[in-house]
Amino acid sequence: MDSAQPPVSLAALWSLFFRIGLFSFGGQVTSWIHREVVLMRGWMSHEEFLSGLALAQILPGVNSTNAAVFVGQRLRGVPGATVCIVGMLTGPLAAIIVAWIFYTKLVDLPGFSSIIEGVAAVALGLLARMGMTAGRSAATGILPALTMAATFVAVGILKWPMLAVVAVIAPISVAACYWQGKRDA
Amino acid sequence: MRDEENIYLALITILAPLSIAAIGGATGIYAPLQYETVVLRNWVTPREFIDLFAVARLSPGPGSMLAPVIAWKVAGVSGAIVATIALYLPSSILCYFAAGVWNRHRGKPWHKAIEAGLTPVAAGLIFAGILALLQMEQSGWLSWITVALVAALLFWKPKLHPLSLIGCGGLVFFVLHWFGF
Repeated sequence: MDSAQPPVSLAALWSLFFRIGLFSFGGQVTSWIHREVVLMRGWMSHEEFLSGLALAQILPGVNSTNAAVFVGQRLRGVPGATVCIVGMLTGPLAAIIVAWIFYTKLVDLPGFSSIIEGVAAVALGLLARMGMTAGRSAATGILPALTMAATFVAVGILKWPMLAVVAVIAPISVAACYWQGKRDA
Repeated sequence: MRDEENIYLALITILAPLSIAAIGGATGIYAPLQYETVVLRNWVTPREFIDLFAVARLSPGPGSMLAPVIAWKVAGVSGAIVATIALYLPSSILCYFAAGVWNRHRGKPWHKAIEAGLTPVAAGLIFAGILALLQMEQSGWLSWITVALVAALLFWKPKLHPLSLIGCGGLVFFVLHWFGF
């Protein structure tokens, strides 16, 4: 690391992540963060960002907010991570409440609820497509397929508490993968 | 009448565990959130929940932002802020500390095991979320066909822009309902 470079200012982190949060429509947020943080500003190396992104994806929570925490942590520690995550969520929180107020005013207009129904159906189609990808990358053998099915049944059908289900299934699944990796090595 | 303190406490006890357990992102919280807020507590109707899902898709930010809106509906601005903190603070703290450990142990075999072991859990949670939303769809067969059609279309043409698809969906439903479907 070149210590000659001055640390990134908290104001710069705030303005970047506030902008990303406010304009993060329709996914692809992490590639936007990558472009701004690595390519345009050079705050972080490509490898370092990719390693952090892998972490952001496997940890619980949203990929993009986890990535914001990671970037803030690397650049400015606790204050940096705080500024990044708060900056990123402030705009969307205000925006969705305003959007919901508009919704409640418009919902009784003829035709408006049809539009929202159409939006919901397409958005669900987008999710279903994502689910297909997730399912395919997960179903690499009998064990992961069983893990996937058990998680789905416990949370989706039996309505067991998600934290308890994950706290039991995730360690078993990770341990099984670890042993399998050792055996194959 | 609801006790105000109880509402905040309820929001925290519902959302903070989801924050820590939502492997695979926002989709993972839909099933338990729907169960807690629609089925158990009647804070929102099934129609409001699915419409909120649509509004969240049209707004900036993660899809899980629908939870603060539910909180806003039952407990106002302070409820929305409490919900946002409960939903994003625990996972952010975990991410903060994990980032340090993760970088110090790059390339170790347990890295791969964690990734491989958590992927199927994430997929299971995503399926549960999709099922919960499908169960709340209001317009029956038309929605089901649309969901299948969009998923198939994206399989065939993955580069289609999600927002343009969403715009088309709204328009098509509007026209179809206008003609009495």
